[in-house]
Amino acid sequence: MSHLRSQRTAGEAIGSSLKLLAEPAAAFALALLVGGIGILLFSGLVPGHKPFDIGLPIDAYAALIGGVASFDGLTATLVYATPLVLAGLGVAVGFKAGLFNIGGRGQFLMGAVGAMAVATAIGAQAGAWVTIPLALLAGGLLGGVAGFVPGLLKATSGAHEVVTTIMLNYILVFVTYWAISGPLALPRAPQPITADTGNLHASLPILIGRDGNLGIFIALAAVPIMWFLLYRTTIGFEIRAAGANPDAARYGGMKTRQLIVMTMSLAGFMCGLAGAVTLLGVVHQMAPGYDTTIGFDAITVALLARSNPIGVCFAGLLLGAMRAGAQVMQIRAGVPAELVDALQAIILLFLVINVLRRFLARRSGRRPSLPVPALPGTVDATLDAEAAQ
Amino acid sequence: MTRDLTPATPPALEMRGITKRYPGVIANDHIDLDVRRGEIHALLGENGAGKTTLMNVLYGLARPDEGQILLDGKPVTIASPADAIARGITMVHQHFMLVPVLTVADNVILGAETMSNRVFVDRREANRRIAELAARFGFELDPEAKVASLSVGQQQRVEILKALYRDAQILVLDEPTAVLTPQETEEVFALLRRLADDGRSIIFISHKLYEVLEVADRITVIRRGRVIGERLPSATTEGELAELMVGRAVELTADRGVSHVAEPMLLVEKLRVTDDRRHEVVPEATFQIHAGEILGIAGVAGNGQDELVEAIIGLRKPGGGKVTLGGRDVTGFSPRRMNEAGTGYVPGDRHRFGLILQFPIYDNLVLTSYYRRPFARGILRNDRAIQSSAAEQVDKYDIRTPGVGAATATLSGGNQQKVIVAREFDRPLKLLVLDQPTRGLDVGSIEFIHRQIIAKRDAGTAVLLVSAELDEVMEMSDRIAVMYRGRIVAELDGRTASKSEVGLYMATGGHDSEAVAASAADEGKKA
Repeated sequence: MSHLRSQRTAGEAIGSSLKLLAEPAAAFALALLVGGIGILLFSGLVPGHKPFDIGLPIDAYAALIGGVASFDGLTATLVYATPLVLAGLGVAVGFKAGLFNIGGRGQFLMGAVGAMAVATAIGAQAGAWVTIPLALLAGGLLGGVAGFVPGLLKATSGAHEVVTTIMLNYILVFVTYWAISGPLALPRAPQPITADTGNLHASLPILIGRDGNLGIFIALAAVPIMWFLLYRTTIGFEIRAAGANPDAARYGGMKTRQLIVMTMSLAGFMCGLAGAVTLLGVVHQMAPGYDTTIGFDAITVALLARSNPIGVCFAGLLLGAMRAGAQVMQIRAGVPAELVDALQAIILLFLVINVLRRFLARRSGRRPSLPVPALPGTVDATLDAEAAQ
Repeated sequence: MTRDLTPATPPALEMRGITKRYPGVIANDHIDLDVRRGEIHALLGENGAGKTTLMNVLYGLARPDEGQILLDGKPVTIASPADAIARGITMVHQHFMLVPVLTVADNVILGAETMSNRVFVDRREANRRIAELAARFGFELDPEAKVASLSVGQQQRVEILKALYRDAQILVLDEPTAVLTPQETEEVFALLRRLADDGRSIIFISHKLYEVLEVADRITVIRRGRVIGERLPSATTEGELAELMVGRAVELTADRGVSHVAEPMLLVEKLRVTDDRRHEVVPEATFQIHAGEILGIAGVAGNGQDELVEAIIGLRKPGGGKVTLGGRDVTGFSPRRMNEAGTGYVPGDRHRFGLILQFPIYDNLVLTSYYRRPFARGILRNDRAIQSSAAEQVDKYDIRTPGVGAATATLSGGNQQKVIVAREFDRPLKLLVLDQPTRGLDVGSIEFIHRQIIAKRDAGTAVLLVSAELDEVMEMSDRIAVMYRGRIVAELDGRTASKSEVGLYMATGGHDSEAVAASAADEGKKA
């Protein structure tokens, strides 16, 4: 008997890859369309343009693309994408385990604080070879602690991570403020501010162009590592199993509570690393009010990537490119750079609608009396399985 | 039983050439079905044969791609369930659609309230009509009782009463006996006959052959979306029906052979188990199973069987007592330690505990062994070993799939269960715990799984079989224990026990000992 087919034809492989991309691509295209209509409606507000000027959206998008299509534009894309990819992996690994980590903001800030603390403590004496790895590690670990706490709360008391991570975000914003104005503050400075990492042998080396720092390669390396962890190790199997069906995972002998704590810590580590890389590679210095939107942008990235690490890489690059092109668009076409935020929000909206639709279809699929011709959720799993091969 | 039917009058319902396609499958392929007034018409077919789709078309839940529906000879279009109900068609689902906190009368009138003056429900009129219907068809129901306090059989009668209250002329019953004791089944059959005598038409969906033969006036068999044949109960046999249904000859009763009972393998002593709400659902269970023996646990669903099994398998911490496996104390072991101690488990709810539906087949096959050699070295998974072992098991257990990488959700119920059986059976076992191993499966898969169970027993495994299907327990078990309100109230020999005897223990817990004795005597007379 041979009904086994372990080799798929090339056509099938391409077909399933297209299916995988269809939803994010549709969300992106719809966002561009809605954004274009928005620009059209308000084109009268842009100096030098008549109301309902069809040319303006075209000019704006051309400038957006043009802003990326240069050496500096591509470097900027990579720099913008770096924290999005790292934090996106953190959110994605949470999704895989069935956890919704909204604590990226606080974890990112803890990463910056951790990295700055190491730089402040040893940077002046130790060289860059010691300081930078230690600072990155400290940032990741402190971010990990910020993920560990909601993980522990969920495992022990069932407190939902969405609630606890949001609450923790507020706390950590103020912890960051305290760190900047207290232990990390530059002595004898007129207002609270930290030292510049450039003076502490802690800034990441620039490897590409004017500002393409080492962080880019850290993010690019993290992608295959996370993929390997999820699809080639027993830990990844446990994370995915616990996310897909906690009861079956428990029967399979997996310790689901420990997995929650571990995954949340890992998610926090990735977001913390994003914070550390951003501080050491781009910002270099922290002043009161230091904050980020990466924690939320990472949710868009993870959803756009359907929690697949390789998808996270591409989604991060896409949003990074939009950020990189935004300034150019503002200068050349006169359309505000904030349009990119709006586009990102619209993408997220379309993605969430689809996620909800799938979720509801899966729920009604459990009701045996209604015919559900195909389980939409299963496509993900099939592709998941294929991606692992 | 046959009744005098006059084919001259137009049928109450006629479905002509109904075709319904879903992406990739034709669920109904030009199905013709006619149901006469006063007829009990059985629709027989395996799961996935297209019975449910056909009934969804009739009930307005699915729109046919082709075909016509005629009521009393007139073509109609049924756009929604509300439409169907308005035309006198109602469906009694396998899963009841009742509001537990409301009374019987409230549930019956819900959605069909008689208004006295546009604002208030006319309860007096409603109660009068319910009482009239109950008297006419011999329902024994207290209209003021809360539905939550009723037995499953009584709840089903509320569903039927609901249909009658809406003046249903055509009643569709989807697997109505799946959850009932033998005695309750008899009562429902008597009720259905009274309804048919009253001129109503009944479509009875089932895959239990002997029931269909007992209650139906006519039987239509469906396979793979087509009508395969129509039979009269007087002119057919269970064997023929099974063959029509499956498409090949089927062994209906598992040949369990002779068990070679050896030393006691599993000892359960005074085991106490509480449920999720900390109610003590198993106050004390004591029994033993020998190596090479099948102990069947019969009982109406919800009498503590699930909790007992979960406590043995390690999914639930026992509140007290002792479990010994092969001389070793395994009380309170985790599922993994039980697995490593030589236990296999087929869970009652396979979608909850048994499988990760989104995962490929090969991942589900290693759900309990993914961390061990050869499937992992340290934390690294060995994909080659996982996949080649999966390929072997797919062949050995005849799992029908396009490949081992297919998502488990894409398999049929029978093939999903075979994935679990392959995972749990394919190694030497001391104990095999089976909770409803064939629930909802087609005849072919049931036959296959029963054979595997007997092979395991013959290899010296102690088998604990829990099933709400009394037939399965009767057919498979060397010994039968009856569970009633969390206690084992009787232990009987699997070869000599009679169905009505077990049924009475299931229904009364043996408190009605006279009735048990009487039924045993009755059975004796028949023999």
